[in-house]
Amino acid sequence: MAILVNSDTKIVIQGITGSFGAKHALLSLAYGSRVVAGVTPGKGGQLFEGKVPIFDTVTEAAKQTGATASAIFVPPPFAADAILEGVDAGLDLIVCITEGIPVNDMVRVRRAMEGKRARLIGPNCPGIVTPGEGNGSQGGCRIGIAPGYIHKKGRVGVVSRSGTLTYEAVWQLTCRGSGQSTCVGIGGDPVNGTSHLDVIKMFNEDPDTDGIIMIGEIGGSAEEEAADWIKKHCKKPVAGFIAGVTAPPGRRMGHAGAIVSGGKGTAAAKIAAFREAGVGVAATPSEMAETLLKML
Amino acid sequence: MNIHEYQARELLAQSGVAFPPGSVCDTPEAARAVAEKLFAGGVRRVVVKAQIHAGGRGKGTFESGFKGGVKLCNTAVEVLENARAMLGNVLVTRQTGPEGRRVGKLLVVAAPEIRKELYLAVLLDRAVSRPVVMASTEGGMDIEEVATRTPERIIREYVDPATGLMPFQSRKLAAALGLQGDLIGQAAQLISGIYKTWWECDASLVEINPLCVTAGRDGRLTMLAVDAKLSLDDNALYRHPALQAMRDLAEEAPLEIEAGKFNLNYIKLEGNIACLVNGAGLAMATMDIIQYYGGMPANFLDVGGGASKEQVVAAFKIILQDPGVNGILVNIFGGIMDCDVIATGIVVAVKETGLKLPLVIRLEGNNVQAGRATLAASGLTLISGDSMADAARKVVEAVAGHQAAHAQSR
Repeated sequence: MAILVNSDTKIVIQGITGSFGAKHALLSLAYGSRVVAGVTPGKGGQLFEGKVPIFDTVTEAAKQTGATASAIFVPPPFAADAILEGVDAGLDLIVCITEGIPVNDMVRVRRAMEGKRARLIGPNCPGIVTPGEGNGSQGGCRIGIAPGYIHKKGRVGVVSRSGTLTYEAVWQLTCRGSGQSTCVGIGGDPVNGTSHLDVIKMFNEDPDTDGIIMIGEIGGSAEEEAADWIKKHCKKPVAGFIAGVTAPPGRRMGHAGAIVSGGKGTAAAKIAAFREAGVGVAATPSEMAETLLKML
Repeated sequence: MNIHEYQARELLAQSGVAFPPGSVCDTPEAARAVAEKLFAGGVRRVVVKAQIHAGGRGKGTFESGFKGGVKLCNTAVEVLENARAMLGNVLVTRQTGPEGRRVGKLLVVAAPEIRKELYLAVLLDRAVSRPVVMASTEGGMDIEEVATRTPERIIREYVDPATGLMPFQSRKLAAALGLQGDLIGQAAQLISGIYKTWWECDASLVEINPLCVTAGRDGRLTMLAVDAKLSLDDNALYRHPALQAMRDLAEEAPLEIEAGKFNLNYIKLEGNIACLVNGAGLAMATMDIIQYYGGMPANFLDVGGGASKEQVVAAFKIILQDPGVNGILVNIFGGIMDCDVIATGIVVAVKETGLKLPLVIRLEGNNVQAGRATLAASGLTLISGDSMADAARKVVEAVAGHQAAHAQSR
């Protein structure tokens, strides 16, 4: 079954006519994912690439096409609005790719989403892939910007704050003949919709997932919280890697959330929490897959 | 983005936060004039504060040997002398690093009669995704130390973003800080103003340390913010042109400013192995793996998800301006980006810069065969790595070899 999405998931792309949204809508279509609608206000009634209907609102798109998941590619000033439009339309899943959203916008979005059914992944994330059975894992569900061809259908779940480190882990698995159930990029911002722990809980319950790779980085305490839960409740082996051992304190390392401040959020503390929880710690980013495969 | 104390004072004052009187100056004469005015108004002592984006100013030392970036003065002449010693000189504190910061401006303010020092800050609590007002009776101290040693002395009030900080919450904080009578209302007004500034400026941190109970000459007690630190959320700067104008480029590393012009995310570090990577997580992990194999990373550099040939060339030029660099590791996992575009950029960059240092390249992902072919056909001396680990090992070895050869030739 994988988690969150599968090959039947119907996707609407918010911001489908922008260059970034259009490029990745095409790649998702080529991957075989069911991109059934696009939204660009003012362009309702047109067709994207001659085949995907464009709507003015997400509500209209969901009503007409049955889309239950969205991918957001709109620029940062409009992203919070786009997320809440998806929530209002009753979507199950909203994946926000946009990087650079003001933190306070996300604070308000999180408050507005309390008690609502929709789950938000991201922002500032590569999205989700549930690989399919075709050539280069085609026929699966790709929501976002991850390269589809590096995946392979299988039984390892991957969750990460970083896009490229997710690809690195996925590729290591695929090259060793081991596939993935679902790969989730939760994003590098300090306020996001779904945490490491949320995804780990889903993998723990997923009958198609045998083991989990969790990739974290400096900043915040989400990895520690996940580790604490894993220690008490997780039935499956988990391997982890934390980026940023060498990052100087007080400096933001690219991702808005990747900062050691006030002595909090250090890689050392996170690695210690992993060890304490029995999470296999990859000594280097080259050994993420290897570390998990040894535990399976 | 960080701003200076004098700028934070201006912003907070707009929301009704009270400060000791004074103003900012950029010449010793102006500093004396401000001081004379303050003394004429009945102020007994005046403080001269160096304006740099770093803490620990009071205990800092100037390159000239002059001690202290915060000085208490009894006369306008004293203010003039201190201003002369500080302005234009480099101040080194525990937060600046050994290179220090040049002092371009001073804040000259009245030194109030302090009866009690408190601490107040507004920041985001990532664990709950809500703003939190943090207060403590232990003002004037290092708050991280207070949090470790006496965590019970830190009071937290969480804010519902749907309502903002309510007046009762400010009063609750004031009472919890042990304030009484008229001071409760004064402090509540101040706390509300500090939160308002935090929210409306899209700040990531506002810190008032110390927030003071002060006594006037008539003995009347007044709440004043005696120091102020304000950091802004870079993502929100686009909607605050007035705050953008507060950016002080003199506080930023020149190479980092240069990198920003090309949309490159570069941070200079102390090591000798430069790295060029796509993606922030992979860039951090590349630094880590260099250290794991015994090297020291010279920088963090993320060229982004869709780097162009021009960006790669610019990135090479920037990392080579760091004189400490003895070798380069390029680590690209081209998911969607075309590895051949990166390879072409590398070839152009090596030729344009006449690179003589060891260069190790690990290329993986989309169109990687074409990329590797481009590198092989270039005739350049490159070392290729099969994996991150292989590449990191090779660059550490190559740099050690290069340094040994260099030492011998001298």
